[in-house]
Amino acid sequence: MRIERYLRNVTFWHMMVGILSLSVGVTYGLLQVLARAGVYKYGGFVYDTKAYYQGLTLHGVLNAIVFTTFFIVGFLYIVTEVSLKKKLNRGLVYLSFFTMLIGTLLAAWAILTNNATVLYTFYPPLKAHPLFYIGATLLIVGSWIAILNTVITHLKWRKENPGRLTPPPMVAVHAVYAVWFLATIGVAVEVLFFLIPWSLGLVKSINPELARTLFWWFGHPLVYFWLLPAYLAWYFIMPRVAGGKLYSEPMARLVFIMFILFSVPVGTHHQFSDPGISNTWKAVQAFLTFMVAVPSLLTAFNLAASLEYAGRVRGGNGLFGWIKTLPWGDYRFAGFIAPMIAFIFGGISGIVNASYNVNQVVHNTSWIPGHFHLTVGTASAMTFLTLSYILLEKLFGKKPWSKGIATLHSYLWLAGVLIFSWGMMQVGRAGIPRRTHLGLSPYIGAEEKVFMIVSAVGGTVMFIAFLLFFVNFFITVFKRPEVDSEEVDLEFAEAYHKEDGNLPKVLDNFKFWIALAVILIIVSYAPVFFDVFRATYGVPGAYSPFSPSNLIR
Amino acid sequence: MKWDFIDEYEAWAFKLSLGLIVVFFVAVVGLAALKGIDVPTCVTEFKPFEKGELVQLGPKEYQLKLLARMWSFEPREIVIPAGAKVTVYTTSLDVQHGFEIEGKAVNLMTIPGAVNKAEIVFKRPGEYRIVCNEFCGIGHQTMYGIIKVLPEEEYEKWREGSR
Repeated sequence: MRIERYLRNVTFWHMMVGILSLSVGVTYGLLQVLARAGVYKYGGFVYDTKAYYQGLTLHGVLNAIVFTTFFIVGFLYIVTEVSLKKKLNRGLVYLSFFTMLIGTLLAAWAILTNNATVLYTFYPPLKAHPLFYIGATLLIVGSWIAILNTVITHLKWRKENPGRLTPPPMVAVHAVYAVWFLATIGVAVEVLFFLIPWSLGLVKSINPELARTLFWWFGHPLVYFWLLPAYLAWYFIMPRVAGGKLYSEPMARLVFIMFILFSVPVGTHHQFSDPGISNTWKAVQAFLTFMVAVPSLLTAFNLAASLEYAGRVRGGNGLFGWIKTLPWGDYRFAGFIAPMIAFIFGGISGIVNASYNVNQVVHNTSWIPGHFHLTVGTASAMTFLTLSYILLEKLFGKKPWSKGIATLHSYLWLAGVLIFSWGMMQVGRAGIPRRTHLGLSPYIGAEEKVFMIVSAVGGTVMFIAFLLFFVNFFITVFKRPEVDSEEVDLEFAEAYHKEDGNLPKVLDNFKFWIALAVILIIVSYAPVFFDVFRATYGVPGAYSPFSPSNLIR
Repeated sequence: MKWDFIDEYEAWAFKLSLGLIVVFFVAVVGLAALKGIDVPTCVTEFKPFEKGELVQLGPKEYQLKLLARMWSFEPREIVIPAGAKVTVYTTSLDVQHGFEIEGKAVNLMTIPGAVNKAEIVFKRPGEYRIVCNEFCGIGHQTMYGIIKVLPEEEYEKWREGSR
């Protein structure tokens, strides 16, 4: 497929904004993990308590929102054009990019000037500068324009190819965007109808519990927005890198459809500890959360079978012999298998979090960042960095400067994150909170301190791995291209078990599944909002994180 | 929907995954009901309050109105006898806070404009650390309190002394 130069360049800039944001974000990550352990006292490097929470806000917003959104939108443009062999609308591509960029700059200004030290969840009545909320809104609206562009292109393709099934990678693209769109409705309502008018001073009152409920409508499906593009890469790019095929294409289609259906009505499992929501509906959404684990278990089966197939093609024998023959030294394989291994532990700890009353032990403790640095912090982030190498090669003919370093930093990061998360989970189980400048806390015991130092060691290893990536990647960017061709082939894997004409038609009908998802959201959220409205109140208040006095009275 | 589009192994993977998840869920919710360890529910009978205090309702029965504010709990130190049953109601005077008791499955979000509730029995004497586990501003890391559970005789002595 010929990809026009403009789209290759715009995709490059999506990657660039993402990776530069991530670079700032991970630097703050290192400072935080050291400050928590008390290894590094504030003061040496303009790093007081104010700066700790400002850095924490940057760490969350830049890594989890800016990096992911920019990277995913850019990557999915290429997947869309390559798999549909159709052109996107150029004007909308630019409009989306600049809307997202302006939004990011506005929010970044608010955070960098310490006017939005409200962390990435921005729970009211902690108040940020209005530009923080407006910037976040523009970032989301920009991504909606990308969705619109993709849907228009797909509908055109449908018209020109009647009766043909959507290509499998495109099914994944639709799953990503369907989940993202349904999820962002919650946060859009929160920000547009409540937070922006309140932060501008137009209304004095805000209902914090209602805001939380709307935030988590968005906050959990957000994790599938991060995860599904990584799944796309693991399903459709990884098997060929490993030297084999995707085990089952129909199963892959089924999995992505299940994500559309179950990703959104699960948000209250972040609110098991909240007032104002009956525990019956907390249990219902806990069950729906468990249902989203099913497609992930099916993914484990399908990907393991694909890896086994590749290992056997490469001459592996016996029950486990195929593991040895996989291309462990290939930088792309390393860059996919390391995040997949991290995700095994990430997924299991996620089941713990979703487990209703078991959550009481880990809610808001250090266990939680231990969990999500394995999932979004490694399974998604490292997969995206590996894809960045692949995109540089496919779009610009630039192979990594050093393949050895690329392989090394993947395994190094895996080792780092496993150590980091183990330490975090240990102190979390002891009841030590997350998002807290623990280096200054009067209540830390000696044993907990030990595990915080373990986390600091793991975090440092992760940072070194990222530094290796950063150097290797930017040397590659400034290299001369080896080949410069407009032909782009992402080399999607063939399937071993192909779809052979008996796929139920309904599995290729996205409107149907999105409509069903909407019904499920309404049924599972209506009683939750009913409870919130009858049991909680709006409060006249707005607070700066730096002072306990009410800004409104 | 006909299921012949996936092969035999895939169908087994599907059934096993679904079965595993259902077993997990039944185990978790079943044990929650059996052991009486539940998550907080919707409270409508209690309105938000502006003063924190411990009220004795009967022998070994207490009501704790716990108020969270930037950056302390009110009351900050709570003394009760071993075996006491405490019903906690909690709310916040300003921003969102968290209330977590070390070593107990009690973890409540403390939200302005809402009241959260838990029932806790303290059998084992000792000092239980309570911490705020939700970011509440620049003093968040110093926000904690303590629940002292004293053996009965010691508690009586303490009560005599504090009068």
